[in-house]
Amino acid sequence: MSLPGRPVWLGKPKPVAVALKALALVLISAVVIFPFLTVVSTSLATKQQIDENGGYVLWPTKISFEAYYQIFNGTQVARSIVISVGVTLVGTAFSLFCTVLAAYGLSRRGSLFQRGLLSFVLLTLLFGPGMIPVYLMVKQLGMLNTYWSLIIPGAVSAFNIVIVRGFIQGIPKELFDAARIDGAGEWRILWSIVLPLSRAVIAVVGLFLAVGYWNNYFGPLLYLNDTQMWPLQLVMRTFVLQNNVTSTAASIPGYVAPPTQSVQMALVAIATIPILCVYPFLTKHMSKGMLTGAIKG
Amino acid sequence: MTLKQALPRVAPQSDETRQTSQKAPFLARLWRDAPLLVMVAPAAIVLLLFTYVPLLGSVIAWMDYVPFLGFTGSDWVGWDNFTALFSDPSFWTAVWNTVQITFLQLVLFFPVPILLAVLLNTVALPVAKKFVQSVIYLPHFLSWVIIVALFQQVLGGAGIVNRFLITHGLSPFDVMSNPDTFKLLLTTQAIWKDAGWGTIIFLAAIAAIDPGLYESATMDGAGAWGRFWHITLPGMRPIIVLMLILRLGDSLTVGFEQILLQRDAVGPGAAEVLDTFVYYNGVVDGNWGTATAAGLLKGVVSLFLVLAANKLAHRFGEEGVYKR
Repeated sequence: MSLPGRPVWLGKPKPVAVALKALALVLISAVVIFPFLTVVSTSLATKQQIDENGGYVLWPTKISFEAYYQIFNGTQVARSIVISVGVTLVGTAFSLFCTVLAAYGLSRRGSLFQRGLLSFVLLTLLFGPGMIPVYLMVKQLGMLNTYWSLIIPGAVSAFNIVIVRGFIQGIPKELFDAARIDGAGEWRILWSIVLPLSRAVIAVVGLFLAVGYWNNYFGPLLYLNDTQMWPLQLVMRTFVLQNNVTSTAASIPGYVAPPTQSVQMALVAIATIPILCVYPFLTKHMSKGMLTGAIKG
Repeated sequence: MTLKQALPRVAPQSDETRQTSQKAPFLARLWRDAPLLVMVAPAAIVLLLFTYVPLLGSVIAWMDYVPFLGFTGSDWVGWDNFTALFSDPSFWTAVWNTVQITFLQLVLFFPVPILLAVLLNTVALPVAKKFVQSVIYLPHFLSWVIIVALFQQVLGGAGIVNRFLITHGLSPFDVMSNPDTFKLLLTTQAIWKDAGWGTIIFLAAIAAIDPGLYESATMDGAGAWGRFWHITLPGMRPIIVLMLILRLGDSLTVGFEQILLQRDAVGPGAAEVLDTFVYYNGVVDGNWGTATAAGLLKGVVSLFLVLAANKLAHRFGEEGVYKR
């Protein structure tokens, strides 16, 4: 039997080497998967089992959705989830809007000011302003304590522009020429040729942006004073890392609160789920698409 | 590699559009390219407002900045902020911690993705390779809040490992709040999160090596070790050097969010790094001038480090991030 990935001239692998390699791969995978398993298990376990095991569960004997029930009934966590979803959607849309427009606007060599504007964008790769001047700028513009502070300051990254631009420059020139002869303007070309052809790279950049907005924790910590406005990551920090679970559903008569441990783990699970949902799409495109885009520049 | 090729070429003159556009009068070009300029405008405005203007705003490093008085009303104080910074022992603690963490990560973290990539490359079963790749890339996309929570769940004082140790009559150890091992903990977390993701670029480098080299080496009697040492490693060398340069240029940036989340558990003595120093000094304590000075110093030193690392790469005959 010869394996598809193994050339014939290498001959048969040594059984010991194969066994060691397999063991290493299993261990590496286990180190990554194990924490997730305990999180999901603990979030679904009953209070009794968690108490018996002393704070964690590897495999719930009886599944209970109490923790999730409490989270979605509590006002603060539920609200923070809505806020996170909103900021992620609006932020990704705004960021993609700027990125794709700029990428096409800078893609044609020899257009007016093209070189100057490109250098203007690329120079930001070499140095960035410190945290304090940006903070003061956000404050100066009256964006403190608004969701715009989470969306706009980091919306444009030269790196993303370079990737999308590289992709657009790979589109055959004849397509543009033909469209121009048929009387299409730049906006029409962008809409009818560039956007449909670069859907893949836009999807990947968009997913990366969305993950960034969803995971953003320092932005809200820096810019939002009002805890009512906090997104999920910040609320999760307070509940899980600072052990500050407020029993929001406790006022319901006859209600027995689920153990804090499972509520904490349910929160972690909820924050992870959106990432897991987009992850297959990320892996499908990223290694190939991102690398070629980045290297081609 | 990316930067060098991304920077505008000096002489793409063979481009036809370019030659015709050079002849066209300015107004005609403006009329023709106006839509393109409008398209670049949103991104350019965001970069102007949140990168270039704040860069100019760094002048408050030489001011006694009072938010109430603003830029125009605050007094210029010369180099006072820098002198204050240099005589502040907590600043030097932050510098020292940053350097220590960078060094630890360079020694312990940097080789891991390279070794992982080599290991993955030898996996002949495509299903197994794909599965392991999917698993080890995943942590890269999780937020630091989740990662720290996971580590607490497993390694914390009430975590799984310590429960196990206690029930088996061994003494527990709480690595999550131990200042002595904090830097090792940070490095472990960084490896768990990003080592898998880091393999991508090295796998690409290995894939670019000519398979014929391996075949002829095997014919000449080279074993697995010989092929690794004489073909795989030299083939990866340019990418390894490139990544090393990028890491060196980033020496002063060591996991800001990660450390901010755990700083309170171990105290600033072990956990204060340059970025957290700027945050606590500036935003929390309101020493705007000193904090900006610290941030500015960090930026300047970082730029210098990139340039120096590149020079070093050139000396060793590698290409580096940009050409000479």
